Amino acid sequence: MNLRKYLKVYKKFLHTSLASELEYKTNILVDLITAILSLIGSIFLLSIFFQNNGYIGGWKFEQALIIQGIYTILNGITNTWFNPNLTEIVKHIREGTLDFVLLKPIDSQFFISLKKLNPSGFLEILLGFFLLFFCIRINQINVNLSFLTLSLITISCSICILYSLWFFISTTTIWFVKTWNAIEVLRSFLYIGRFPLNSFSFSLRIFFSVFIPIAFITTIPSEVFLGLSQLWKILLEVIVATVFLISSRKFWLFALKFYSSASS
Amino acid sequence: MVQNIIDVRNLSKSFDISFKEPGLKGTIQHFLNRQTKSLKVIKEISFAIKEGEIVGFLGANGAGKTTILKMLCGLIYPSEGSILVAGHLPFRRKENFLKNITLIMGQKQQLIWDLPPIESFYLNASIYDLDKFEAKKRIKKLSEMLEIDDELFIPVRKLSLGQRMKSELLAALIHEPNILFLDEPTLGLDINAQRNLRKFLQKYNKETNATICLTSHYMKDITSLCKRVICVHEGAISYDGKLNQLLKRLSPVKEILIVCRSEKDATKLESSGFTIKNRINNEITIKIENSSITSSLKTILNNFDIEDLFINEPPVDEIIGKVLIKKDYEI
Repeated sequence: MNLRKYLKVYKKFLHTSLASELEYKTNILVDLITAILSLIGSIFLLSIFFQNNGYIGGWKFEQALIIQGIYTILNGITNTWFNPNLTEIVKHIREGTLDFVLLKPIDSQFFISLKKLNPSGFLEILLGFFLLFFCIRINQINVNLSFLTLSLITISCSICILYSLWFFISTTTIWFVKTWNAIEVLRSFLYIGRFPLNSFSFSLRIFFSVFIPIAFITTIPSEVFLGLSQLWKILLEVIVATVFLISSRKFWLFALKFYSSASS
Repeated sequence: MVQNIIDVRNLSKSFDISFKEPGLKGTIQHFLNRQTKSLKVIKEISFAIKEGEIVGFLGANGAGKTTILKMLCGLIYPSEGSILVAGHLPFRRKENFLKNITLIMGQKQQLIWDLPPIESFYLNASIYDLDKFEAKKRIKKLSEMLEIDDELFIPVRKLSLGQRMKSELLAALIHEPNILFLDEPTLGLDINAQRNLRKFLQKYNKETNATICLTSHYMKDITSLCKRVICVHEGAISYDGKLNQLLKRLSPVKEILIVCRSEKDATKLESSGFTIKNRINNEITIKIENSSITSSLKTILNNFDIEDLFINEPPVDEIIGKVLIKKDYEI
């Protein structure tokens, strides 16, 4: 793979996506306001859960805010990259415009995963980081090199798992053509990631760890922030992320063999 | 000797198609227990295309033209048989192969809707690894050939269909491909836009010696661009050869309307042994075999007092229409 070429193409993707989005100023403004209101709403909802005894699944409100911060960053990444690109796969397959992608001398997964970008998601990512900095202060977290490294590793793994889940579902469009509902179900499950894994019953914990690893996505990075993480959990997240990423790639290449293109 | 750039042997393609009975019962059955049937849409076809050739694929809707084109450019895996395009197996979609080909579909677009076409051109240039200077040079050259200048800087959504199609062509040709697959490129365009597009394709073929495979329902596209046609009927090739030979075979006689100076001349001509279609006063319509048209016209002009004459060729659409509904036109 020619890295220089891919960086050049990605620079063009960024440029064209920003230029396309900036054509509609009001839409960007509405998206930005929605992101701020959504964060305020989430924190308010979280505070209601903690009103009675101040704890959920052994987590204090200040600690649970870390999960909210990580969730906000991941949701921002979803809205910036995954949502505009991976929902487009469905359109590409239904309308047959995937033909143009497949005939370009560039990796098709790279093209359909990164071509578009919604800049209003950046604000959400920024808000998530602000919330995390705030949590670092109120929880008196000691910021050192190992903390930064482990946070970076676990958050990167969370992004990979999230991306792979989206990509898996979107790829099934090649057989089922319409998979909007499955994507909506995934989005609903992602909301669960705003709460600590321990706040769920044992069976649900198993479900959200094994079948749909939503719990990995927010809980493990949050435990790193609080110094509660165990090495095996971090290793497990790295393994899950790697397996998911490789599988999503293999699944895409396998699915393309069944692509029949739309009729003209 | 010119090499074959496309070589297709015993190519077949089958699709699993689901069938649904009408009505609510059929809908429920279709939802609960979907019945699928394997349908062979391309049936053991073989042909070869030489470098620089322009070949038209003719056929009724659903005959399999687009499926053939999509297998040639590597979008669809063939079920049986072999395809070799520029020495590559298309369905592997290797980088060197993809840099050699392009697909243009009249009913689908790749340009970024909200931005001027120039942005899409530079994006494609980066995908084909062209530097900015080379991209600029090629955009200038192609935009001059296509006669689009100001349109390059207007958002795609505000361009007319003709301007959009020209821009699509430019986007698809920026990497200077050797093989062009065109699927109904003039669909929906007005007469002038169609003519300009055909002129451009002729010029591009002449200047670059690119091979062009074309499907179109507009006969003018086929007659002005293609010397050779491949007729597809229900997934099989019913004719593969020169277009003029096909036309001659399907329409062996021409009708000639002769306006004689007087009714006396007309009567003389009527009894001279030509096949008469009809006569109205001093106007006679005769039928002449294509093979003897020159000698017959000479005889008429030398022996009769003629005021005017018109050679009426039957419309190509009508002739080709006969091919599309028949199975075998091999010559």
